[in-house]
Amino acid sequence: MTAYYMCFGLFLVGLYGVITRRNLVKIAISLSIMEISAFLFFALIGYISGGVAPIVNPADPDKVYVDPLPQALVLTAIVIGLATTALLLAVIIRIYRKYNTFDIREIRNLRG
Amino acid sequence: MELAICIITGFMILGAIYAIHAKDLLSAVITCGIVGYSLVICFLLLKAPDLAIVQIVVDTITLIIMVAVVLDSSREERFSRLDLSGRITAFTSLVVIGILLYFFVIAAENLDALGNSTLRMAAPYINGAAEKTGSANLVTGVVFDFRGYDTMGEAVVLVTAVIGVLAVLRIKGKKEGFGLLKEDSAKA
Amino acid sequence: MKGMSIIVKKTAQLISGMIFIYGIYVIVHGHLTPGGGFAGGVILAGSLILVTLAYGEEFFKLVREEMGTTIVESLATISVILIAVGGFLFGSKIFFNNFLPRGTVGELVSAGVLPLYNIFVGTEVASSIFIIFLSLIIFKEESPK
Repeated sequence: MTAYYMCFGLFLVGLYGVITRRNLVKIAISLSIMEISAFLFFALIGYISGGVAPIVNPADPDKVYVDPLPQALVLTAIVIGLATTALLLAVIIRIYRKYNTFDIREIRNLRG
Repeated sequence: MELAICIITGFMILGAIYAIHAKDLLSAVITCGIVGYSLVICFLLLKAPDLAIVQIVVDTITLIIMVAVVLDSSREERFSRLDLSGRITAFTSLVVIGILLYFFVIAAENLDALGNSTLRMAAPYINGAAEKTGSANLVTGVVFDFRGYDTMGEAVVLVTAVIGVLAVLRIKGKKEGFGLLKEDSAKA
Repeated sequence: MKGMSIIVKKTAQLISGMIFIYGIYVIVHGHLTPGGGFAGGVILAGSLILVTLAYGEEFFKLVREEMGTTIVESLATISVILIAVGGFLFGSKIFFNNFLPRGTVGELVSAGVLPLYNIFVGTEVASSIFIIFLSLIIFKEESPK
C-alpha cells in the first residue's frame, strides 16, 4: 500500500510545479512528471504477485499472468504523451522567438 | 518487491523536486530524465516488458526535443523576490495539495493491497484469450482485438498532434512573427 | 544543419542499421514476443533521428524528406482504418473483426489480421515522430535567432 502513496506523492510534486513555477519549460517538465506518475499507477494496479509477463507459452499454459488490460492502456498513452509534449514545446519555441523570454509574467506585460 | 518499488519511487520524487527547483534549465531537463529512466526499472519489476521497451526510447526522444528547445535560449530561469501574488499562489497550491491528499487517503481504502489485484475484466482477458485472438502476446491481443476502437482513436490523435506541430512551426506569418498579432497592434 | 565530427559519423553509420533491423524485428514478431507496433515504430524513428543528428544536411534534403514522410504517415493511417472496414465487409458484420484464419498459437504466420495492424501502426508511429523532429530542426534552421 505504501507504493500507491509514493506514486501519488510524485503526482503532487508535479502539481506543485505546475501551479507555482513561472517558466514555460518548467511547466512542461512538471506536466510530464504528472503523466509519468499516472503511468506508474496503472502498472501498479495491474500487478499480481507471483505472476509472469503476459506472453503465453503454448507448451506450458498453466501459469498466473499479470493483468494485460492496464498495460495495453498505458502502451497507447505513452506514445500520445510524446506527441502532445512535442506540440507543447513547439508552441513554447514560437513564443520564445516572439517575446525573447520564457517567463509568463513578462509575456503578459508585453501584450498588444 | 514493494520495498524495491518504494525506493525507486523515492528516487523519482527527489529527481522531480530537483528538476522543479534547478536554476539552469539544461540541468532541469536532464534531471527530468532520471524520472523517466527510473520508470523503466519499475516497469521491468512489475512484469511489463512491452512498456519498458516503449518508455526507454520515448524518454530519450523527449530529452532530445527538450534539449533542442532549451539550447536556443539563455538557459537561465529568472528568479525574482517572492512578491504578494507569489506567496498567495504558493499558499493556494499547498491548500489544494492538502485537500487532494485527504481525498486520496479516503479513496485508498478501496484499493487492494499491491499484488492482490481483482479487476473484474481480468479473467476474460486472460483465460483462453490466446485461442480467441490467436496471439501469444496478450497485450497485443487486447490492443488490436478486444480494444480496437481505442487504438484507432489513438492513431487519429497522433495524426492530429502532427498536424498541430506542422501548423505551429512550418507556416510562415507575415514578415516576422504572427501576422494576426501584428495587425492588432497596428490597429490599436 | 551541419553534421558532427567524423567519429560520430562513422559510429552512427555502424549502429543505425542494426537499430533499424531490430525495430523491424520487434514489429514483425509483435504477436509472439514483447513489443509490437508502438514499440517497434518508436525504435525505427530513433534510428532515423540518429542518422539525421549525425549527418545533418549532407545525407538528405530535409524539406524533401519531410514531404515524403507526411505522405507515408497519411497512407499508413488510412490503411489501418481500411483493414478495420474490411472486418465489417467480410465474415460477420463487426467493425475490427478478425477475418483471416487464426492458425496455431506461437507461429510467425498466425493471429489473422493482427500482424497487419502491427506493421501499419508501426509505420505510422515512426513517421509521426520523425516528422515532429524534422519540422523542429527545419524551423531552427530557417529562422535563426
